Amino acid sequence: MKRRWINFVSRFFTIATGLACLAVTVMVALILGNVVRHGFGHLSWKFLSTAPSAGMTEGGIFPAIFGTAFLVILMTLAVVPLGVCTAIYLQEYAPARSRWVPLVRMAIQNLAGVPAIVFGLFGLGFFIQFLGKGIDRFFFGGDLVFGQPAILWAALTLALLTLPTVVVATEEALRVVPRAHREVAYSLGATRWRMVRHVLLPQAVSGILTGTILAVSRGAGEVAPILFTGAAYYLPYLPKRLNQQFMELGYHVYVMATQSPDVDATMPILYATVFVLLALTFTLNFAAILIRSKIRRRMKR
Amino acid sequence: MNRSWSERIIEGVIRLSAGLAIASLILIFIFIGKEAVPLFTSAEARAEAGMSKLFLGNRESPDGKRVQVWQPVSEVPKYSLWPLIVGTLKATLVALLFAFPLAIAAAIFTSEFAPPGLREVVKPVIELLAGIPSVVLGFFALIVTATYFQDLFHLDYRLNTWNAGFALGLAVIPIVYTVAEDALTAVPQSFRAGSIALGATPWQTARRVVFPAAFPGIFAAGILGFGRAIGETMIVLMASGNAAILSWNPGYSFRSLSATVAAELGEVVNGSPHYHVLFFIGVLLFAFTFLLNLAGQLWVGRLRRKLTGARS
Amino acid sequence: MAAARGHLGLSDETTAAPPKEKMAVRHLTVKAGKTPILNDVSLSLLENEILAVIGPSGSGKTSFLRCLNRLTDLDGLSVEGEALLDGHNIFASEADVTLLRRRVSVVFATPTPLPMSVADNLKLGLRFKAEVGHPEGRMEKSLRAAFLWDEVKDRLGSSALDLSGGQQQRLCLARSLMLEPEVLLLDEPCSGLDPISTAKIEEALQGLKKTMAIVLVTNNVKQASRTSDRTAFLLMGDLIEVDDTGRLFTSPREERTADYVSGRFG
Repeated sequence: MKRRWINFVSRFFTIATGLACLAVTVMVALILGNVVRHGFGHLSWKFLSTAPSAGMTEGGIFPAIFGTAFLVILMTLAVVPLGVCTAIYLQEYAPARSRWVPLVRMAIQNLAGVPAIVFGLFGLGFFIQFLGKGIDRFFFGGDLVFGQPAILWAALTLALLTLPTVVVATEEALRVVPRAHREVAYSLGATRWRMVRHVLLPQAVSGILTGTILAVSRGAGEVAPILFTGAAYYLPYLPKRLNQQFMELGYHVYVMATQSPDVDATMPILYATVFVLLALTFTLNFAAILIRSKIRRRMKR
Repeated sequence: MNRSWSERIIEGVIRLSAGLAIASLILIFIFIGKEAVPLFTSAEARAEAGMSKLFLGNRESPDGKRVQVWQPVSEVPKYSLWPLIVGTLKATLVALLFAFPLAIAAAIFTSEFAPPGLREVVKPVIELLAGIPSVVLGFFALIVTATYFQDLFHLDYRLNTWNAGFALGLAVIPIVYTVAEDALTAVPQSFRAGSIALGATPWQTARRVVFPAAFPGIFAAGILGFGRAIGETMIVLMASGNAAILSWNPGYSFRSLSATVAAELGEVVNGSPHYHVLFFIGVLLFAFTFLLNLAGQLWVGRLRRKLTGARS
Repeated sequence: MAAARGHLGLSDETTAAPPKEKMAVRHLTVKAGKTPILNDVSLSLLENEILAVIGPSGSGKTSFLRCLNRLTDLDGLSVEGEALLDGHNIFASEADVTLLRRRVSVVFATPTPLPMSVADNLKLGLRFKAEVGHPEGRMEKSLRAAFLWDEVKDRLGSSALDLSGGQQQRLCLARSLMLEPEVLLLDEPCSGLDPISTAKIEEALQGLKKTMAIVLVTNNVKQASRTSDRTAFLLMGDLIEVDDTGRLFTSPREERTADYVSGRFG
């Protein structure tokens, strides 16, 4: 008798937890389905390649795509060397019982937990007000060149936000290389850096790439850090210099959804922009997942 | 020494990079704090928005009672933080109530009950959810689900806490799931095998053997989820209604700390007391999540040591 | 005098010129924290000889080997005493470790080809020296000396991981030879290899000793007896005996040596 009750309870919880998975899957499917249904129809080559017009009720979102791409490229140029070097330090250069290692790790973990809006405040308070205005004072005689919202500062702010992602992925990639490979290198007369450069990094490239792609995906999607560091809703130009503002996909969605004077008229463009943003982040995440499973398969060999 | 110059320069660069990580955390605290310091030092700022106003409210009514109102842009600016704090907590509670059981249950399912094929379906779905930017979730809450929630609960406000809390929960699910699932799968298979050999069902094994072993990790998942929900900005900015109402009623609009910063910093005058208060809120958010993370790491470490018998 | 020569492992019948010492270890003591691994070991390695180091597991043979090119730096072990290469102490603070490791090269017990082509594996040592040029001649020479040339000459560009275990180990040997070392250290190089590969490596060593000194650590007593010129017996961190191989195996001075080589313990 008790056996049947035990089995019933077991069965119940198995099904209940399975339903939880199902619920999450359904919700994700609903969101994606909704966006595809309302957004896909408005997509066209013209939409992706022209600028908005008629108060955001017509035209395309090319400047936002351009701005996002430019922003993310700058961010990558900053975060990848910094993150890879930090990971190399943690794995290869730090002495075994160094007190710096737990400190750096803790710093990276805490950076990962800092709210995105705090990064935005930091971008404003440090990059723009301190660094930017400092640069203006020293190099431009007080003119307002860098002491204002600019794509450079937004990119650096995002680089700080995504730093933990790159560090963790690189560390993981370095850790997977067998210890014997390092010994072989040293025993052939390698210095530490030559060992890292010729033996470790070539094997860690896929892992570093995964981390970079994930960082790019995150950078393209976060809006809070760029609210005050350079994003703009409408610009009559494409940003070509580092101290200019920029349009951006996520920011565009935010402003259009909350401050558009005629919500119904802009709805098609809004949905289509969301679609493009989602397509971008998903493609990136998908690519990262593919690379990661390729690495796993290679490991099992 | 036998190390060449180039080798030493490279080593220097690498050490510097690692130091930058620590430096950034310190810099963040310094440069946000710097803009908030005038609340303590400048008499004008103190009079308008000092600590007593922020935490004790404004002496408003003629009978001298204190009022908790957030209304920086008005004849007499009012800066009580309590409507914002309550709003943040309200939304976080709704989000966690919704997300935590779902995410934990899903993690239990994929690690204990699901056949391997199903596992490879659920995990990508969670990763898909994690890949949705919060601005898209906010958009979804604002445009799509708000109406549903309003009809479902017969609410007065279209943008209310249930709606925003739901979207917030969606954002929290992936991180809780991932950390909990890692903790559960880290429990060695031998634990389960022993239990099954004694005739226990998978559920009994999970409850009696796996959960206690995975508890530190699941606890960490909860802490991380909590921290994420507290700090999330875009979803709340778009779906909360941004009304600084001091009420625990989830049917009302609300305003969170982070959304306040996001919404008002663009309009504020550089150097005004309002400006300093917004940075002060930033300091609060930073300090809170920092301490939360720290406590989480220490706690989890201690729990882990207790449960596995003295291993750091 | 005779006793001293006997202690160094030199026989009474000498040739005209006494063989030169390539490396000498003096009062070498190695500890891992408090745990002793090697106790006061003093030993010579002569030019153009194969010195076998035998002993049961845990006697410190591998640690001894790793001292000779300072791989012990990576293990976090504390090392006291001296090790001289051509008269200079390799543990001196001004010694150049990377240069040492090119002059004293090691082949590990497990074949460790790196995941790149055969040619790239061979060129690794040169890459670390930042040496540019065309090493094809040297590659052929090293591969021939390791008895691997015929098997890989047509597949230098293919992945080294595709080679068999015995081929991989010979590749590791060739990789070390690319640096033209003066001393070659081998740590149980044939463990897990088939008899044919083992024979090829042993034959390669006979050819190599004409141009370098070789230290061969081995668990296989028979291999030591057929391959080496002199043999040293380590037991639990102590050097028990070192002598000409023939003499050590037929009439060893110590009883423990006799017990070990006859298989009474191991």
